[in-house]
Amino acid sequence: MSLDCGVFHTRYEADMGLRPRPLQRLRLGILALFVLVFPFVASPYWLDLANQVAIATVGAIGLNILVGYTGQISLGQGAFMAIGAYTAGLLTLNFGVPWGASVFAACLVTAAAGTFFGLPSLRLKGLYLAIATLAAQEIVEWGMTNWTAVTGGTEAIVLPAPVLFGVRMNTNFNFYWLAVLTAAGTALFAANLMRSRIGRAFEAVRDQDIAASVIGVDVFRTKLLAFATSSFFVGLAGAMIAFHRNIITWERFTLSTSIVFLAMIIVGGLGSIRGSFLGAALITLLPAMITNVGRAIQDTAPQAASLLPYAQQAVFGIVIILFLIFEPRGLSKLWENAKDYFHVWPFAYRRGESRAG
Amino acid sequence: MDIFLQLTVSGLSTGMIYALAAAGFVVIYKASDVINFAQGDLLLLGTYLIFFGVAQVGLPWSLGVAVTLLLAVAVSLAVERLVLRPLVGEPIISMIMVTIGLSSVLRGVTGAIWGPNPRSFDSFLPAGDIVLGPATLSTARLLSIPIALAVLAGLGLFFRHTRDGIAMRAIADDQQAALSMGISIPRVFGVAWALAAVSAAIGGIMLAGIVGVSPNVASIGLRVFPVVILGGLDSIAGAVLGGAIIGLLEVYVGFYVGHGLNLVVPYVVLVLMLMVRPYGLFGKEIIERV
Repeated sequence: MSLDCGVFHTRYEADMGLRPRPLQRLRLGILALFVLVFPFVASPYWLDLANQVAIATVGAIGLNILVGYTGQISLGQGAFMAIGAYTAGLLTLNFGVPWGASVFAACLVTAAAGTFFGLPSLRLKGLYLAIATLAAQEIVEWGMTNWTAVTGGTEAIVLPAPVLFGVRMNTNFNFYWLAVLTAAGTALFAANLMRSRIGRAFEAVRDQDIAASVIGVDVFRTKLLAFATSSFFVGLAGAMIAFHRNIITWERFTLSTSIVFLAMIIVGGLGSIRGSFLGAALITLLPAMITNVGRAIQDTAPQAASLLPYAQQAVFGIVIILFLIFEPRGLSKLWENAKDYFHVWPFAYRRGESRAG
Repeated sequence: MDIFLQLTVSGLSTGMIYALAAAGFVVIYKASDVINFAQGDLLLLGTYLIFFGVAQVGLPWSLGVAVTLLLAVAVSLAVERLVLRPLVGEPIISMIMVTIGLSSVLRGVTGAIWGPNPRSFDSFLPAGDIVLGPATLSTARLLSIPIALAVLAGLGLFFRHTRDGIAMRAIADDQQAALSMGISIPRVFGVAWALAAVSAAIGGIMLAGIVGVSPNVASIGLRVFPVVILGGLDSIAGAVLGGAIIGLLEVYVGFYVGHGLNLVVPYVVLVLMLMVRPYGLFGKEIIERV
């Protein structure tokens, strides 16, 4: 967290706060109000999208802890989400564990699996680590579809809808509150984690691992901790996917899933909680928007419908490429730029103008 | 024994196509440190371009191959100039993601033009079978092996004997020193991408001749990783040997073990390789360790 120019705190509470300034509180309040009102005015279609965004936010924050904050590349997001989803689902289905407990167990199991797959990071860096996690993804994918006795193979697993305080989470409206609270809790936890000693160690390892070890950071332990923390939330996202639709299918946890989540944090902003949310929202909503456009022009251009999946694929790629070339720090940086612009509006200083004038 | 021979030919011919894709990957990685996740899509582009030229426009084979290679090189050079060049010096995650984005775009565009269904057309490779003792071998597959080997040998000779090839090795060795000797890095990057496109397009053309044209071809892009890790990230000879081993392993495991294990066994080999010899069979023993 950076200190803002011209802001002087006189109390420790303000100094420690995540959102100390009135304007920040106002924005947070507006956001909270929107989140509270949204489900009452939105259509079921939008509610479903909102739930997907909330779940994706949890997964993206998890991945960002590993990739954005600690600098360890992982192509195994889909595999870790699968471990979370299948653990939660199978515990509930086969052993009758209450869903809350099985979700928590899923998080722990995924964290353990993440730590295990993080072991190669002791020796491997960059490209090699990326390829190792790619192999992990392919192996878990194979396990999902072929270990029929446990995962049911390519058949879908159907789960009972979770019940919270006597309310069945079988509608998008009911699930919305659970998803939003989980996403907000994850964001709060991650934001605080990154201000702690552990979070600082993550960033030190990312920026210069040798320097980090010189100042007393145990690099290997920190990396494993990053894998564990990250996988915990990724597993949570997987378990939420399972309970959102009350169904688990292997197609939702393939390498493409890993790529979609990497795209979220690239487009949103590496090493940014806000970016994780913005990226999750954009990448989740993008295909839906393209579908809507396709439907809208269906009457004038009837062949548009058959081209939709390809348009989605191409646009997805173009968005990644454009962000990497023009704004590698993502939507999060764009938002900051906008804030900076309005900070001194309308008396913005622009480079070159003063000299010309 | 006859089945074993058939499997071997089939595995080797698949393996040589892997090797062609992997060689392109190696050339790009060697010259510019870019990890190209779109290698399979360059292959895909090759199969669709030859299909377009020969089956849809009706060009003769020789001309069709020439046009395919030219177009593949043009696309590849455009990609290098417009997408990769602005990202020189960016962190590795950006390089990985930009080629993943590229792969998505290529898949979307080829899909939009040629649709999801597999297509087949009269191959330039003879369709019949050769009976060799008890075994019946597909002529097309048998022929594809020497063709691929010739192309790969050509690549190897290029590195050893031409000016651009030697410049590329110099850049791979030490970019600063190469720059100070007056080697043009943009030119070498361009040549690397052009070569990768040629190598992948030839792989694609042969694949079109053997199994026809389908969007699934792009999945070969992921097989490149076991191949290059096995052979060593910076060696053409390694790509050939790695391709052969992975190709053979897949068909043997697929036939004698089954259970879809053939899909996963390359990655198991990859993990084992990363544990014991991460620089591969032929790679230089420099690996970034922590």
